[in-house]
Amino acid sequence: MSFQVSLGDAAKEAPKTNAVTKIAIKNLNFFYGTFQGLRSISMEIPERQVTAYIGPSGCGKSTLLRTLNRMYSLYPGQRAEGEIIFNGSNVLDPKQDLNALRGQIGMVFQKPTPFPMSIYDNIAFGVKLYEKLSKSDMDDRVEWALKKAALWGEAKDKLSQSGLSLSGGQQQRLCIARGIAVKPEVLLLDEPTSALDPISTARIEELISELRDDYTIVIVTHNMQQAARVSQHTAYMYLGELIEFTPTAEIFVKPKDKRTEDYITGRFG
Amino acid sequence: MSDLTEKGLPTRSLATPDNPIYRRRVWMNRFNLAMSLATMAFGMFFLLWILWTLASKGLASFGPALFTQMTPPPGSDGGLANAIMGSLMIVSAAIFIATPIGILAGIYLAEVGRESMIAKLTRFVNDILLSAPSIVIGLFVYALIVARVKEYSGWAGAVALAIIAVPVVVRTTETMLLLVPNSMREAAVALGAPQWRVVTMVTLRAVKGGVITGVLLALARVSGETAPLLFTALNNQFWSTDMGGPMANLPVVIFQFAMSPYEEWQRLAWAGALLITLVVLALNILARTVFRQKNN
Repeated sequence: MSFQVSLGDAAKEAPKTNAVTKIAIKNLNFFYGTFQGLRSISMEIPERQVTAYIGPSGCGKSTLLRTLNRMYSLYPGQRAEGEIIFNGSNVLDPKQDLNALRGQIGMVFQKPTPFPMSIYDNIAFGVKLYEKLSKSDMDDRVEWALKKAALWGEAKDKLSQSGLSLSGGQQQRLCIARGIAVKPEVLLLDEPTSALDPISTARIEELISELRDDYTIVIVTHNMQQAARVSQHTAYMYLGELIEFTPTAEIFVKPKDKRTEDYITGRFG
Repeated sequence: MSDLTEKGLPTRSLATPDNPIYRRRVWMNRFNLAMSLATMAFGMFFLLWILWTLASKGLASFGPALFTQMTPPPGSDGGLANAIMGSLMIVSAAIFIATPIGILAGIYLAEVGRESMIAKLTRFVNDILLSAPSIVIGLFVYALIVARVKEYSGWAGAVALAIIAVPVVVRTTETMLLLVPNSMREAAVALGAPQWRVVTMVTLRAVKGGVITGVLLALARVSGETAPLLFTALNNQFWSTDMGGPMANLPVVIFQFAMSPYEEWQRLAWAGALLITLVVLALNILARTVFRQKNN
């Protein structure tokens, strides 16, 4: 069975070989209790580009994403070993200030998670954690974030309505707006479109393309075409190991590893 | 069998109304439905019987005088005004004490302690407290407060009722918070929000209706308690709004009047019982309405 992926603009761009490394992962191991979820992962995530993780279910791609902002620390029994260097310090350091880290590395989840408050307050919630803004400055910030997330047109007349009143695709864009409103440097997207219909998916993909100039974006996706469309670099993971990490244009056209080839051609996975 | 292929698969759909396996399920369904209706009718029968008895005996004295006149001396007519006021004050004070303690403990169990030893111990103690006989709690507060200050008081009554209300609020708050999907917590944490903000602004907010319901149910639970007030608030035949001294209250007045040989007192006891029942019923209906509205 042959499998054709169409590359997006991001992938067609000549890979920036001189790209600055934003996050450097060195020899990362991850454990759920006694089960090892990640095996000695090392890779460098480039700044202001989109990096995609693909691989079959259970391969560890979401786990890897959740180590980058220490989300796993919420759960006792989960632990990581190794180094994740971000802005000169080790994210995994027990002394790491987690709230500040998460302010710099934002995250959007698979299922939209609007908070039980108005659309406006959903966005203001995060901003208020770091800034004391006047009412008009906050209005501007909310508008900026909603415009950036391509939701302003649909939401501007109902900012005081509950975030839960939006459709699934709108809720997910609200979550992205909420994430970028605090002005993080990195945005982690954990299968952000897997619960959405094709039109909402297309809008979010467009959004990712627009955001990549300002943010370092890391996206986990089940959908290989999506990785091909939005990312500049793709990592293939399998059973907790990083099999291959190359520019997106290369991995889909001529994968180096047999396992990657089997997966992207649909012989497996 | 001719209906089966070589591989043992049926040649046509077997889901027909005359299929014996299917018929058996239909009858089983009818039988179970009838049984549940019967058990519901059994419960409703006694509930309605109680309400009917209360209404027929209590309505006789159920008038304006009930709310305006004081509890009378034996052999004369009167009302329950002082007992109603006393109950209102004691129960309100109890809920004001119990609500913050209960909600904070519920938050601790669901959001902070979770599976830690202290949380498990707290949960265990809370379960015991939830089913502790109320007379024991009355005696405990008697020994703790009344015996020391050497005076029965409305405050002592409020403390006793609060001890009964706290575990109810703890349990509902914890249960409600555990219903909040973890993804909501993660989303707030992912923005860098500290835990107290996640709880107050996001998770507690998401289950506001459920927590209010819990408080209302605790209110309903304590407003009919008699035993804890017998040794604490005692009683008072006069109008008193002094929480520092003995206070009249509906349950104790009902208890006293119902046991008395005087007909006027017995009538008032029935009226008071009807009043409490109606209030508790109203609180339960209100709690259900709040829960339904807040969850839509």
